[in-house]
Amino acid sequence: MGKTALVVDDSTTMREMVSYSLKEAGFEAVTAGNGQEGLDALSGKSVDLIISDLNMPVMDGLTFIKHVRAIDSCKGVPILMLTTESQQSMKEQAKAAGATGWLVKPFNPEMLLKVIAKVVP
Amino acid sequence: MSLDLSQFRATFFEEAGEHLLSMESGLLALVPGANDPEQLNAIFRSAHSIKGAAASLGFQHVAAFTHTLESLLDRMRSGEFPVTEAAIAALLTSSDTLRALVDASRVDDAGAVDTRKATAALATLTGAGAEASAHAAPVAATPLARAAGRDVEVRFVPHPSLFLTGQDPLLVVRELVGLGERSDVTCDSSRLPSLDELDPEQCYLAWTIRLHTTATRELIEEAFLFIEDDCHYEIRDLVPAGDVATQDDAASASAVEPAPVAADGTAAPASAERRRGGERRAVAAPELASIRVPIDKVDALVDLVGELVIAQAMVNEIVANFHDGSLAALQDALGALDRNTRELQERVMSVRMLPVGTVFNRFPRLVHDLSSQLGKRVRLVMEGEETELDKGMIERLGDPLTHLVRNAIDHGLELPEARRAAGKREEGTVTLRAAHEGGNVVIDIVDDGKGLDAARIRDKAIANGLVRADELLSAEDTYNLIFLPGFSTAAVVSDVSGRGVGMDVVKRNVEAMNGSVTIQSEAGHGSRFRLRLPLTLAILDGLVVKVGGTAYVVPLLSVVASLRPGPRDVRAILGQGEVLVVRGESIPFVRLHALFNHPEGVVEPSQGIIVVLETEERRFGVLVDEVVGQQQVVIKNLETNFRKLDAIMGATILGDGRISLITDVQELFRIATNRRALGDVAALAAVGAHQAPDEDFVS
Repeated sequence: MGKTALVVDDSTTMREMVSYSLKEAGFEAVTAGNGQEGLDALSGKSVDLIISDLNMPVMDGLTFIKHVRAIDSCKGVPILMLTTESQQSMKEQAKAAGATGWLVKPFNPEMLLKVIAKVVP
Repeated sequence: MSLDLSQFRATFFEEAGEHLLSMESGLLALVPGANDPEQLNAIFRSAHSIKGAAASLGFQHVAAFTHTLESLLDRMRSGEFPVTEAAIAALLTSSDTLRALVDASRVDDAGAVDTRKATAALATLTGAGAEASAHAAPVAATPLARAAGRDVEVRFVPHPSLFLTGQDPLLVVRELVGLGERSDVTCDSSRLPSLDELDPEQCYLAWTIRLHTTATRELIEEAFLFIEDDCHYEIRDLVPAGDVATQDDAASASAVEPAPVAADGTAAPASAERRRGGERRAVAAPELASIRVPIDKVDALVDLVGELVIAQAMVNEIVANFHDGSLAALQDALGALDRNTRELQERVMSVRMLPVGTVFNRFPRLVHDLSSQLGKRVRLVMEGEETELDKGMIERLGDPLTHLVRNAIDHGLELPEARRAAGKREEGTVTLRAAHEGGNVVIDIVDDGKGLDAARIRDKAIANGLVRADELLSAEDTYNLIFLPGFSTAAVVSDVSGRGVGMDVVKRNVEAMNGSVTIQSEAGHGSRFRLRLPLTLAILDGLVVKVGGTAYVVPLLSVVASLRPGPRDVRAILGQGEVLVVRGESIPFVRLHALFNHPEGVVEPSQGIIVVLETEERRFGVLVDEVVGQQQVVIKNLETNFRKLDAIMGATILGDGRISLITDVQELFRIATNRRALGDVAALAAVGAHQAPDEDFVS
């Protein structure tokens, strides 16, 4: 049974790079261009992992996470934030919103796989 | 596992281009003094997206420069830095530099781009410091020293709320176990309440893990990276060995982010690879052009293919059980197949279509820059941006359009004072308008300036020896002189449009797309340059003709008429070649049998057909044996596999499977009007020199 991941990022390049790396890690990747699209993608569908950017149009990443955590079926889903900011404040905000962990850009596939191993059973 | 991200370079370049455009239009829309956080945030986001993706793909120069840009935008959106004229100008300069960096990165040559001007502009603005922050602090890549094997005890007590952020303590335990050779895990369930008090969303367990490991303390701590605030943990060396030095090393190396040292040693240090710029250039994969297609277009294609399969199944079915009465059903089924195929063709072509707006959107910036440079006030009006054109043509349209717009502003529009004196609004208008017209797309570049000066163009052409002083020219012919190579009316070559590459290049580029340029102008009221382009480069409506048993295709767009001349309608004029006289008009013509060397073709015009063609509103004819009919043909390029042939633009495969050459109307026209043209001598010999007085034929 394959695992599914939702990738939320307004940058096509990032979405494609992350999806590609996820596929190599055995995930099926679903993508969304912002938080709202991410929520739409989650309606009636369960995923095993969510990777989301922070600064996006329409709905930003923090708002998105808060909404996700309010969905019953998504309470325990690991959520990773994609961020260029390595400041502690951003991590704390993300954690407070319900993020499981973070990925600091520049994105590299090896790092993604390592981090996934930390949060996905 | 080593994953190669370089395949996403094309996507990045495409996306970066879009972000640069939206950055630019966002910057142009900023009003000094006003602070619109949403707008500033949108600009910031564009820069931010470019930075993130560029860094991930190893485009360090792009990432570093964008970082500087982004810092200023960040301060502006938070209101810390005011939106001023100077700030907008500096940001526009920076976005140009960024574009140059991105373009240079395509060939891994971003290091050669001069970013000093933009960096200086940003630095002056923010008052120093920008230089220093231009380069993000490089992450220390010192490999972690491996500590000697020792026994470690890790105590791990998660907070009860651990599950709320989607954490799984088991994964932490596994990661820890994975670090050691021998391990021993004990679970502490003393906090576990009785079943009726147990809240399944709380974590009550704790663990003690004993390891024999070579991992440094930092590597062990890394297991707690995401949960250090959600748990309590202790790491204790059971046999405190003398590895103080190791710990110091490790501490300095991993202050920012632990370097990826995988247990099996396969993880490639990505940053080191990126630094080897030279090697990378050699192996850089050729960039594949890609196209973004709206999903509904693709869905429509899939549906259509489904119908095609059904239609084909129907045909098979009818043929398998064929009897006398099936013919009508077969015809119906074939009809459906035919319809589907045609629709499929149209839809597939539409996949390649892009709105003209994708070239138009570079002009607001151009107009903004040019008008301030020239001291003119210009309003740019764009209409019909949604008109679709083949992607290949969209890409080739940029240069000619840019030239025409520059020209309209530089030469067409007057300075504000002159406009006021002429009773016009001080602000001139340049209109870019695209529209469908029949099977063509027409793009107009209109200005309400002073119009072309026919007398000056004529004088200039005479001075340059392009026309004789006594030559009579219509207004339109005079305007067309500006398309001749090397022609430039500007007395002083201006920085803006007179750069030697002139209107002749515009005309050549447009004609290379099977299009045409025409000029209309009225003194004092302005000019209109009209580009007429076919919808696509790949498919052509053709007229199939035969010459000596061989089929040729003539582009139908150019065909005006086809007729069989009477014996007296064809005349040869000394010094002008052969002409066909139709209703008093004399039309030069080319004998295709002579041009394409078919001695068996019809030689006597009254036995064949003359197809009258039009290009740039001039008419000429081609003599063929017979006209077979109309057909849509798919153009195949000859030059890629063979070589360029005179008067041939490509080849196609006809319904009967035979290859047919497609004639190039522009070149045929040149041959028809060139006195020393190939076939002319043969023509004169063949007709037997019907001589007519020269003055009858002023063409």
